[in-house]
Amino acid sequence: MQRIGVFVCWCGSNIAATVDVERVAQVMKNEPGVVFSTDYQYMCSEAGQAIIRNAIAEHKLTGIVVCSCSPRMHEATFRKTAQRAGLNPYMVEIANIREQCSWIHKDKEEGTEKAIVLARAALAKVMLNAPLIAGQSSVTKRALVIGGGIAGIQSALDIADAGYEVDIVEKEPTIGGKMSKLDKTFPTLDCSACILTPKMVDAAQNEKITLYTYSEVEEVKGFVGNFNVKIRRKARYVKEDVCTGCGACMQKCPSKKGLNEFNLGLNKRTAIYIPFAQAIPNVAVIDATQCIKIKNNKCGLCDTVCAAKAIDYNQQDEFIEREYGAIVMATGFNPIKLDKFNEYSYAECPDVITSLELERIMNAAGPTGGKLVKMSNGEHPHDITFIQCVGSRDISGRGKCYCSKICCMYTAKHAMLIRDKYPDVNVHVFYIDVRTPGKNFDEFYRRAVEEYSVDYIKGQVGKVYPEGDHLVVQGVDMLANEQIIHKTDMVVLATAIEPDPTARKIASMLTASIDTNDFITEAHPKLRPVESPTAGIFLSGVCQGPKDIPETVAQAGAAAVKVLGLLSKDKLVTNPCVSQSNELLCNGCSMCQNVCPYGAIGYEDKLINDHGIRETRRVAVVNEALCQGCGACTVTCPSGAMDLKGFTNKQIMAEVDAICK
Amino acid sequence: MQVEKQFKPKIVAFCCNWCSYAGADLAGSSRLSYPADVKIIRVPCSCRVNPLFILRAFERGADGVILCGCHPGDCHYSTGNYYTRRRMTMLFSMLDYLGVEKGRTRVEWVSAAEGVKFSTVMNNFVAKIYELGENVKLGDLRCKK
Ligand SMILES: Cc1cc2nc3c(=O)[nH]c(=O)nc-3n(C[C@H](O)[C@H](O)[C@H](O)COP(=O)(O)OP(=O)(O)OC[C@H]3O[C@@H](n4cnc5c(N)ncnc54)[C@H](O)[C@@H]3O)c2cc1C
Ligand code: SF4
Ligand code: SF4
Ligand code: FES
Repeated sequence: MQRIGVFVCWCGSNIAATVDVERVAQVMKNEPGVVFSTDYQYMCSEAGQAIIRNAIAEHKLTGIVVCSCSPRMHEATFRKTAQRAGLNPYMVEIANIREQCSWIHKDKEEGTEKAIVLARAALAKVMLNAPLIAGQSSVTKRALVIGGGIAGIQSALDIADAGYEVDIVEKEPTIGGKMSKLDKTFPTLDCSACILTPKMVDAAQNEKITLYTYSEVEEVKGFVGNFNVKIRRKARYVKEDVCTGCGACMQKCPSKKGLNEFNLGLNKRTAIYIPFAQAIPNVAVIDATQCIKIKNNKCGLCDTVCAAKAIDYNQQDEFIEREYGAIVMATGFNPIKLDKFNEYSYAECPDVITSLELERIMNAAGPTGGKLVKMSNGEHPHDITFIQCVGSRDISGRGKCYCSKICCMYTAKHAMLIRDKYPDVNVHVFYIDVRTPGKNFDEFYRRAVEEYSVDYIKGQVGKVYPEGDHLVVQGVDMLANEQIIHKTDMVVLATAIEPDPTARKIASMLTASIDTNDFITEAHPKLRPVESPTAGIFLSGVCQGPKDIPETVAQAGAAAVKVLGLLSKDKLVTNPCVSQSNELLCNGCSMCQNVCPYGAIGYEDKLINDHGIRETRRVAVVNEALCQGCGACTVTCPSGAMDLKGFTNKQIMAEVDAICK
Repeated sequence: MQVEKQFKPKIVAFCCNWCSYAGADLAGSSRLSYPADVKIIRVPCSCRVNPLFILRAFERGADGVILCGCHPGDCHYSTGNYYTRRRMTMLFSMLDYLGVEKGRTRVEWVSAAEGVKFSTVMNNFVAKIYELGENVKLGDLRCKK
């Protein structure tokens, strides 16, 4: 038999003004099961908590009801109080008589009556409470970062710096991501490689960091603290630990038709290649679709010239399995494909390029050696037109409804860099709005207009088409309210960015949620911006939403801190309010597994003793470390076998009964 | 002469912990009143509400039952409220068929930031219940005193 204590708080006058707290305490004293009932000015104060602790000891209470403010406020406080007095913390129920009673009702009679009903409901529930023990699970002290762009690199460096092991899985042959392709970066105009490559080297040399480049995550099992991840190491046909990166093979390779991915296909590369001079690891890789030896068993030149004997044409994909405590998603972004935007003639005209392609053209290590030339004929352009918001803020369904955030700034950057290096080139920018919030950002944009005389035109472009040696841009100037037909030499499209196409697949492996645009969702948009709602998964960089480098780095550091908070724990306390299936009732139908958002339900063949009949049955088993306690399965279960601890069917029914009495 | 008892409806509001319960708290801290007839039961997610709880409430003499959860897409458990939406659509039309009018049951999405909405929703819902009067259909006589 339960022995319940009821504690009614005045909350100063917050409750006492519209609820007759003494009467509530009196009425509750006479309820069945209640052996002690009192009221006090501030239950949450040390003196108030002492009253509770003493009563628990003195009256041998088995459970308590605190009539006070919202449980979202002080449930944790009173659970601790109970625990200190030797009572199981889950034997506490709160009747919310402040936010949901005294503060909204003016009539004291009405308020008091409602408070009594709420207290009765809490009592009815606590009578059915059972002590719950929070489980514990261990933590593997190693983190996995998926994606080796600046976000992933920064998170890994920060985690390693705190002394924890961290692995980076990068699908490309080198880490570095988009930042390694950029020429100079706003708002300071420092060279991207100069700030990124030292970090890449740090990551490679840090003994706590293991790089798995040219690798992909194949499968993720487990849960927070205990993920088991299968990684596919794609065949490079070059032994990574043997190759010295001398590049002799690239000089000899006769197959030169592969598109150079690093330069976005603006030029060609050999079948065996190192993506770029500062690649990490600085190791060659063979493109099997281009290699004559692998395709036709001819050639084999690279093997002959490789002094280190690193070539292995028979290499196969390898699989490794690793345990991790935490996982950071840092899969970044890509510019969208432009196949739905035929009006810009991107596919037909080599002089219509994307902004990322322009970064490569402007880069000294790029396809043109850093010289700004028309890709069609190698000539110097005299007039360049930028078009912003290509596919961004587009509600037609062709593009993305959101603002890609970085394009206004990098277009201003491009415009300025070009005007600086080639003052003879006229630069025009078509824009819808110029959005430059951020430290020193608006100043940056104004410099483009004021110091560099970049011609900003508010308006959209309807069409770009070739005419002789030139391009014609047809648009409107919305401010002058006139049509513009502008002859230009090059058109640069500030294309919208979207999450990496693999993000969706990875997210579903991790049971992390993604939004309608495939960006990974944060646990709370304001208060938990670097965590996924799925415990143990953290977000870093553009995979969560469009960002520039400073924001990416800040978020990467924040994600690392959250990872460290997790890894530094020896044990994780799990929420004990989890589901449990009654083996006698379960018929193994799998309905519950289908609705569980966390993959927390599995099935086991168990020997069941059903009223004397012994048989082996398939029954549902809830993994307590994975279950988040939503209760979806409890309602779905057709046999009524699933119930949620802390919110059992009986408890909720008892509350209903108390309220409807 | 018989004095007619004044109608005081019994209204059960199930609120999910993450959005709607917090929305109710916000209504409270903003002092946005709604009738005291509404009594809230906290559940982890709207999807925890078993149709049986609602039947039970009506059996026990509830005059209205309202279920509040996070906006679709915002459920703390990602998908919970989608199940809620489907289950309750079924249940409510069945109840309507049994004579518990549609007006007595409702699902509303109220976020943690929508204190105003919470109070408005409750005011409207209670007004509707006053209009419909006492629920006699499902009330189990054995439950009545
Ligand atoms: C044209 C252009 C110019 C820009 N200029 C500037 C500038 O001047 N200043 C500035 O601050 N910002 C600039 N930015 C923005 C900047 O590029 C981004 O903020 C930054 O690169 C984001 O880094 P990230 O690591 O989140 O993503 P990414 O750089 O995209 O890195 C993601 C990495 O993850 C890898 N990956 C993806 N999926 C998987 C998978 N499934 N498994 C393994 N690996 C995977 C990718 O291969 C990639 O290496 C510019 C962007 C563009 C497009
Ligand atoms: S309560 Fe929710 S999280 Fe737990 S097993 Fe059931 S469906 Fe899964
Ligand atoms: S839904 Fe119920 S009966 Fe079916 S497997 Fe799950 S617990 Fe067992
Ligand atoms: S948590 Fe609010 S509806 Fe699921």
